[in-house]
Amino acid sequence: MENLVEIRNLKVEATTDAGRRLEIIKGIDLDIAPGEIVALIGESGSGKTTIALTIMGYARPGCRISGGSITVAGKNMVALGERQRAQVRGLEVSYVPQSAAAAFNPSKRIIDQVVEVTRIHRLMPLAQAREKAISLFRALSLPDPEGIGYRYPHQVSGGQLQRLAAAMALIADPKLVIFDEPTTALDVTTQIEVLRAFKAVMKKSGSAGVYVSHDLAVVAQIADRIVVLRGGEVQEVGNTADILSNARHPYTRELLSAFEPKARGASVVAVAESRPLLQVSGLIAGYGPTQADGLPLVRAVQEASLSLERGRNLGIIGESGCGKSTLARSIAGILPASAGKLTLDGRELARSARQRSREQLRELQIVFQHADTSLNPAKSIEEILGRPLKFYHGMKGKARDARIDELLDMVRLPKSLRSRTPAELSGGQKQRVNFARALAAEPKLIVCDEITSALDTVVAAAVIDLLKEMQRELALSYIFISHDLSVVEAICDEIVVMYNGRKVEEITPARSKVPQHPYSQLLFSSVPKLDPGWLDSLERDPELVKTYVHG
Amino acid sequence: MTTSTALSRRPSYRFSWVGMIGLSIILFWALVALLAPHIVPYPVGEIIDEDYFGPMSGKLLLGSDYLGRDMLSRIIMGARYTVGISLAAVCLACFSGAALGMAAAVIGGWFDTVLSRLLDALNSIPSKLSGLVIAAAVGSSLGVLVVMLAVIYTPGAYRFARSLAVNVNTMDYITVARTRGEGISYIVFSEILPNIIGPLLADFGIRFVFIVLLLSGLSFLGLGVQPPYADWGALVHENIGGLPFGAPAVIVPSLAIASLTISVNLLIDNLPKKIRDRSA
Repeated sequence: MENLVEIRNLKVEATTDAGRRLEIIKGIDLDIAPGEIVALIGESGSGKTTIALTIMGYARPGCRISGGSITVAGKNMVALGERQRAQVRGLEVSYVPQSAAAAFNPSKRIIDQVVEVTRIHRLMPLAQAREKAISLFRALSLPDPEGIGYRYPHQVSGGQLQRLAAAMALIADPKLVIFDEPTTALDVTTQIEVLRAFKAVMKKSGSAGVYVSHDLAVVAQIADRIVVLRGGEVQEVGNTADILSNARHPYTRELLSAFEPKARGASVVAVAESRPLLQVSGLIAGYGPTQADGLPLVRAVQEASLSLERGRNLGIIGESGCGKSTLARSIAGILPASAGKLTLDGRELARSARQRSREQLRELQIVFQHADTSLNPAKSIEEILGRPLKFYHGMKGKARDARIDELLDMVRLPKSLRSRTPAELSGGQKQRVNFARALAAEPKLIVCDEITSALDTVVAAAVIDLLKEMQRELALSYIFISHDLSVVEAICDEIVVMYNGRKVEEITPARSKVPQHPYSQLLFSSVPKLDPGWLDSLERDPELVKTYVHG
Repeated sequence: MTTSTALSRRPSYRFSWVGMIGLSIILFWALVALLAPHIVPYPVGEIIDEDYFGPMSGKLLLGSDYLGRDMLSRIIMGARYTVGISLAAVCLACFSGAALGMAAAVIGGWFDTVLSRLLDALNSIPSKLSGLVIAAAVGSSLGVLVVMLAVIYTPGAYRFARSLAVNVNTMDYITVARTRGEGISYIVFSEILPNIIGPLLADFGIRFVFIVLLLSGLSFLGLGVQPPYADWGALVHENIGGLPFGAPAVIVPSLAIASLTISVNLLIDNLPKKIRDRSA
């Protein structure tokens, strides 16, 4: 059988701002048979999106296809002119972007954007195109298929919008659909619905697909074949089952091992005192003008109570919008709570950080998700780490220099990074500096707000290991906020599940590791597993899904 | 790899030739203004030519003005006033505007609201009009001119700095600094300023050009620099009668104003760019 896509020795070059050429794709060969779904997997910077885009004959600004050939249904996309490529795009190859929210025009009705491809290529009359769109909406199990197209993009949820973007890609019955991380921005509970819809509609249409992702478990559910990429080169190609069960390449194994459940070491620092380190009771926090009862209009956190003992870790999980980050911000005093009591190490904490003493601020540090925005790009690593040393401990000159070296050593960074600026570091290195800055204060408690979410699987695992090590050495406690259950399980002694601003359950190993609350059960069961049959065999109580999933 | 790390430590800059031309013209005028008393061929006030609006000649390189004074000497001395007054005014305007703007962004609340409305009100008066009124009311000594020009251009600098600082203020590193317990002056000058200094310098350049033009305009109308001193605007005004004769006395000061403002524009549009090629 002839292949739908044949990529031979593909090379893509980027030009840096110094005018130097850099090869980012270094000679890739790839075949896709009609109806086959191939997954491109790898860490950020591995070239997976770049390759997917070249199949449409497109290279991002500053990049250009410098060699090789890409044959799609008999046409060499590299040799075609821009006008001829436009004829292929949307009609034979179409694209589902990572963020549908950014891909839809907010000022036009959804259906007009979905049928746009049929208008551009003059495929069918408008009424017929709309009918076809509605049947696609139905196939993608969207609610109210007749009416949903007449809404504007902001009137549907993120998961629905992602499925609508797929409908846009499928409207012209393309031979190949490129999915670029389409579920990465979604909650796990929503992700399942979207994946199921994609899988069903792809099976029905018989189109081939390229699925770009960094998540091996998601890919396992949908792909026939997996291509593992790193640094613009193919590391390993194989059938999904083969890759998952007997990966040969060490890098693939590294990716796989990041999924293995890591037991939380029982090496908890002996808890001599019974007094909890942090106690939060009846905390209410939110946004908007204050109402008559003294509470804000929108209450993002409603009466949360938790307590954390010294040397132990508390995980807070929940989907986006459940109030977990707001809770972290009120504990740190960034968003002063409207009601409730905070106690750190037996002393009451003021609700606002401005009213807390310098000593209290030092003892409780917060580390944010995005290392890019939490490190000042205009300062060197030395200045960033040196400031808390001077501010809290009055360190100067040689003593401070020595301590900066010590801190860099602690987070496993070479001393040569001292004079660099954050832009010159990788994502993982930045997150380590971010963490080292919190350590510089010598705190008792560090609040970690999604600190591994922006990192690649392998890098995130290394950061988690570092956190554990620091805990053993420095008797720290963490509050670990994440939407990723596996990360939280790897490091926390207790897990708090939040839903809609409320704490729905507290899971402690002392009682049982099995969630009791229906929402927790739904959340725990929604985390994708490496088993390729997981999605098909997963059964969810429709009532439960209706109550808790708004995707 | 050792060479590459050594390279990435010392950031290299790329400076386009257009920017270099701009910079060299600015440096030329700055040098002329600094050394003016030493390089003038004739005393500024002395009548040398028996003819008025004399043409360019070997003796008088740029001809003579309406009284027969040496035009080259008057241009050289005029550079002092045009460049000096404008520079003093733009420094005052940009420093106070930027400091207030950043402080307003960081402090927020009523401080921001009151200050913003106050400066908006000031901004709503047309700059030429307020310049004319103030100059007519208080007279126009050099000090008054500097302060007046600074006051007129402060609200714009404030708005610009504030809008930049508001964006930086929402970054997580500012939140980190706040939760560390840092004071307002540290946040403004150590955390925000380094990140917005580039656009602020560009704004400084544009505002300098505006001030040169306003000052020249006021002098042209007779309300700016007063005789016996004369800046370039005043020189155009004095010699406007030479226009029908095509006298160099009216063209040369106009060219001087144009060369300074255009070169400042060229420079700020082509400031040196830092090359961020990590692997180079």
